[in-house]
Amino acid sequence: MTGTITPRDEKDIVEAVTAAASREQTMEIVGHGTKAGIGRASQTEITLDLSQIKGISLYEPDELILSAKGGTPVAEIEKLLADNNQELSFEPMDFDALLNVQAGRGTLAGMIAANLSGPRRIKAGAVRDYALGVNAVSGRGEIFKSGGRVVKNVTGYDLSKFVAGSWGTLAVMTDLTIKVLPASEDAATVLVLGLDAAKAREAMSAAMGSSCEVSAAAHLPERAAAKITGTAAAKAGRALTALRLEGIPVSIAYRKAKLEELLKSFGRLGALDRSETLSFWRAVRDVLPFADKTQRAVWRISTAPTEGPKVGAAITAATGAEVFYDWGGGLVWAEMPGLLPEENAIREALGGAGHATLMRADPTMRASAAPFEPLDAGLAALIQRVKVSFDPKGILNPGRMYAGV
Amino acid sequence: MVAMPALDQDVLARRAAVVAALSAIVPGEGVIDTETGMRPYESDGLTAYRQLPMVVVLPETVEQVSQILKYCYEQNIKVVPRGAGTSLSGGALPLGDGVLLGLSKFNRVLDIDYENRAVVAQPGVTNLGISNAVSDRGFYYAPDPSSQIACTIGGNVAENSGGVHCLKYGMTTNNILGVEMVLITGEIVRIGGKFLDSGGYDLLALICGSEGLLGVVTEVTVRILKKPETARALLVGFPTSEAAGDCVAKIIGAGIIPGGMEMMDRPAIMAAEAFVHAGYPLDVEALLIVELDGPEAEVNQLLESVSKIAEACGSSTLRVSTSEKERLKFWAGRKAAFPAVGRLAPDYYCMDGTIPRRRLPDVLTRIRELSEKYGLQVANVFHAGDGNLHPLILYDANKADELDRAEKFGSDILRYCVEVGGVLTGEHGVGVEKRDLMPTMFNEIDLAQQQRVKCAFDDRGLLNPGKVFPTLHRCAELGRMHVKGGKVPFPELPRF
Ligand SMILES: Cc1cc2nc3c(=O)[nH]c(=O)nc-3n(C[C@H](O)[C@H](O)[C@H](O)COP(=O)(O)OP(=O)(O)OC[C@H]3O[C@@H](n4cnc5c(N)ncnc54)[C@H](O)[C@@H]3O)c2cc1C
Repeated sequence: MTGTITPRDEKDIVEAVTAAASREQTMEIVGHGTKAGIGRASQTEITLDLSQIKGISLYEPDELILSAKGGTPVAEIEKLLADNNQELSFEPMDFDALLNVQAGRGTLAGMIAANLSGPRRIKAGAVRDYALGVNAVSGRGEIFKSGGRVVKNVTGYDLSKFVAGSWGTLAVMTDLTIKVLPASEDAATVLVLGLDAAKAREAMSAAMGSSCEVSAAAHLPERAAAKITGTAAAKAGRALTALRLEGIPVSIAYRKAKLEELLKSFGRLGALDRSETLSFWRAVRDVLPFADKTQRAVWRISTAPTEGPKVGAAITAATGAEVFYDWGGGLVWAEMPGLLPEENAIREALGGAGHATLMRADPTMRASAAPFEPLDAGLAALIQRVKVSFDPKGILNPGRMYAGV
Repeated sequence: MVAMPALDQDVLARRAAVVAALSAIVPGEGVIDTETGMRPYESDGLTAYRQLPMVVVLPETVEQVSQILKYCYEQNIKVVPRGAGTSLSGGALPLGDGVLLGLSKFNRVLDIDYENRAVVAQPGVTNLGISNAVSDRGFYYAPDPSSQIACTIGGNVAENSGGVHCLKYGMTTNNILGVEMVLITGEIVRIGGKFLDSGGYDLLALICGSEGLLGVVTEVTVRILKKPETARALLVGFPTSEAAGDCVAKIIGAGIIPGGMEMMDRPAIMAAEAFVHAGYPLDVEALLIVELDGPEAEVNQLLESVSKIAEACGSSTLRVSTSEKERLKFWAGRKAAFPAVGRLAPDYYCMDGTIPRRRLPDVLTRIRELSEKYGLQVANVFHAGDGNLHPLILYDANKADELDRAEKFGSDILRYCVEVGGVLTGEHGVGVEKRDLMPTMFNEIDLAQQQRVKCAFDDRGLLNPGKVFPTLHRCAELGRMHVKGGKVPFPELPRF
C-alpha cells in the first residue's frame, strides 16, 4: 500500500503500522501539517493522517487535567480552556505566519511531538513538562501506555515526556493527558528602551534573578522591534527589552514598581498595558519579526542566557543575519539574509553550547543543512538504540530528526 | 516479601578478584569488603529489606566511575548505585552478588551561576546543600522532599523526587537542566546544560525517575529560583475529609495554585500534635495547611480568598500565620508527621499512591475498612493539591506476620488507587517495593516497551536489576518478542 491512510480509530492505526512494519514501508505521521517544513525532508511511502483521531474525552478543571485524542485541534483545546479561565501555560506558538502556511494551530499530538514552547517557557516550563500520560502505537504496531491521569506520578519510565520532542519518530500518539493551569487574571509589560543585546541580557538577568516573577523576557533590537506593529512601543524606533508580569492586579502593580526601580539604571523605561502586552508577546511567540512572507532561513537556538548575545553577535558578524532574543537571552531567533541556511556559521557561533534548529527553509535548500543539533558519537549511538527500541524497522518518520533515526 | 534475582555463583566465586580489581581503580579506603564495613549499606529507607552487597565501592572521580562500570560490564557483574540511601521503595537495596556503587564522595557544588540561575553539583550533594549554597543571595532549589537534609541530588534525579512545594514549582524533572551520566559500558555522556530543553530526544525525561537502571549520574545542573518575598500559611480544620477535599478543589477551581497544600487525617493530626505541639486542633477529622507565597499584597488577597472558600466549605477552625515563626510551627507538625506516627508503633510503612483528588473520600473509606481487615492502624498525610496520598501503616516487625500483613495492606491500598484512576507511586518510586504491583497499572506490552528502553542503555541488564520490573527479560528476546493481546509468548519465563 502507498498513499495516504486516514485512520478513524486506534485499531486502524495499529493495522496500518503493523502492515507497514511487515512490509518495511516508511510512514510519515501527520496531524495538520503545520510543521511539515521543519526537520529533514523525507520521502515516505505512506502518509498517516491523524486528523480524524480527535476529540476531548476528559476535562477536569479542578484536577488540572485534560485528556484528548492526538489529532484534536489545539485551537479547540485552547477555546475550552479559555472558557474556564485556564490555559496551556507553555504558550505554544502559531507557525502559520512564520512558515507561510494556513494550517491553524495544529493538533495536540503535533504540539507535543515538536515540544516547542513559547515565551513563558522560562517560568512555566516546556510542553513536555505538561505531558502526563500517553497511549501510543509503537513502530511494532503495539499500543502501549505510559503515565496516567494525575499530575504526580513516577511509576515507570516517563515515556509521556520522552515522546515529547521526538517528532513522530518513536510512536504514533493516540491519546494524551496534559496538565492545564489557571490563566492569569491580568498582565503588564515593563520596557527598557534602546539597549544593546549585551546590556539587555544583563537587565533581563537582573529581572529574572529578582523576586518579581517575570513570566517572559525578550530583547528586540531596533530592526526587529520596528516590525512588531500595533504597539505604541514599536513606534519609539528603539530597541526594546521587554519583561512581562502576570497575576492578580494588586500583585502586578507592586511587582511593576519594583521592577522599574530595579531597571531604571539600565535606560529609559516604558510600559505596555494589558492588551498591548497580549499582542506584543503573541508577536514574540509567533516570531512575527521574521514573518516576512519569504523563505529566508530561520534558526531557533537555545543556549545559556549569558551566551545568547555572544552567539547572536557571532551569527550576525558571520552572515549578516538579523536576530532577536527570547527567554532572557537564552533563545536566539536568527533570520539569514538569504535562502541559504548557512549551517556552519550557526554551529560555529554556538560552539555546542546549546542546540540550534532550522525552523524555516526554502524547499530547495532544506537538504543542505542538518536541521537539528548534531550529536556527538556516543549520544548519537544511544539515541539510535532508543529509536530501535520503539521502532525496530525504522518506519516512523525515518530521518526526520537525524539520518537513520 | 519481594524476591530478588538468583545469585550469580560464578561472580561470587570471583569475589576476591573483583575486590582486587576495584581496589586498583579506587585506591585507599574507597573499597569496603568487610561485613562490618558494609553493614551501613545493607538497607535504604525501606528498612524491612536488608541485604549485604558483594562489595562496596566509593569512587571520587567520574573516571573512576567509568572504569568501575566498564569493568563490571566486561565481567558481567551487577551494580547498584546509591546516594544517601533514603529511598522508601528499596531502590538502593544492595544485591548479594552486586557491587554497591556509593556516590557519597561526589559532594561538591561545582558552579553557582546566578546570571543564568543555575547550579552545577556533584550527585552526592544533599538537596538542602544546594539551597544552602545559594541562600545568602536569596535563591533556592525548589523541589523539597521531607528528607532534604539527607537525600542527595543524584538520588532525587533517579527517583524524580517531589516535596510539599511541587504543586506550584514542579518535581525534580521540571527543575533539572542537565546531567553527566556514565553508562554501564563506562561511556560518559553529557545531556543538556545551562540552556533550556535538549536538542534531539529528551533523554533527561527518561533519566529523571529511572531509579538507577539507566546509568550512574555523576553531575547535575539544576535551575534555581529567587525566594518568594513572603509566605504565609493557613491552618484549617474540617469536620469531614469530604469537606476538606471539596475545599482543595474549590481553591484550585478559583484559579489559585498555592505554594503548598497539605492534608492530614485525624490519626496523623493527633500523632503530630503529640510530637511537636504545633497547636493543631484536635476536634477535627481533617486538617489542611495551605501556604501562599509571593509579594505581600498578593498573599494578603489570596489569604482572604482562601479563607472565604474554606468557610463556605464548612471549616470548623481557621488560623492564619501572623509571623514566620508561626508559619514554621504550622509546618513543623506536617514535616514531622512520619517520625510522629513512627512513635505510635515500633515500625511504620509509608505508601505513596496518587489518586484523582475527588476520589479521596472513597479511598479513605476503603483504607479504614482495610485497616480493620488487617488489624493494623493507619494515619494519612496527603499532598492534597496533586492527589498524592501517603498512608502510614503501623506495625511491629517483631510480631509474627505483622510485616506480611502490613505489606498486603499496602498493596491493597495501591491497587485501589489504580482502580479509582490513580497510580502506584507519586514520588517515592517503584523500587523493589511496588515492583510486583506494576502489572496492575501496565500490561505486558507497556512493560516490554519500557524494558526495551532499558535495553538501549544497558543491554546486559546489569544496572540495578530486580528493581522496577516484575519480570527479567533478556534484551535479545525483547527485541524479537511480539506480544499478542497483552499476553507474553513466554509465560514460562522466570518471574521473581
Ligand atoms: C523520612 C523520609 C522522608 C521522605 N520524604 C520524601 C518526600 O517528601 N518526597 C520524595 O519524593 N521523597 C521522599 N523520601 C524518599 C527519598 O528521600 C527520595 O527518594 C530521595 O530522592 C532519595 O535520595 P537518596 O540520595 O537517598 O537516594 P538513594 O536512596 O541512595 O537511592 C535512590 C535510588 O536512586 C538511585 N541512585 C542514587 N544515586 C544515583 C546516581 N548518582 N545515579 C544513578 N542512580 C542513583 C539508586 O540506585 C536508587 O535506585 C523520603 C524519605 C525519607 C526516609
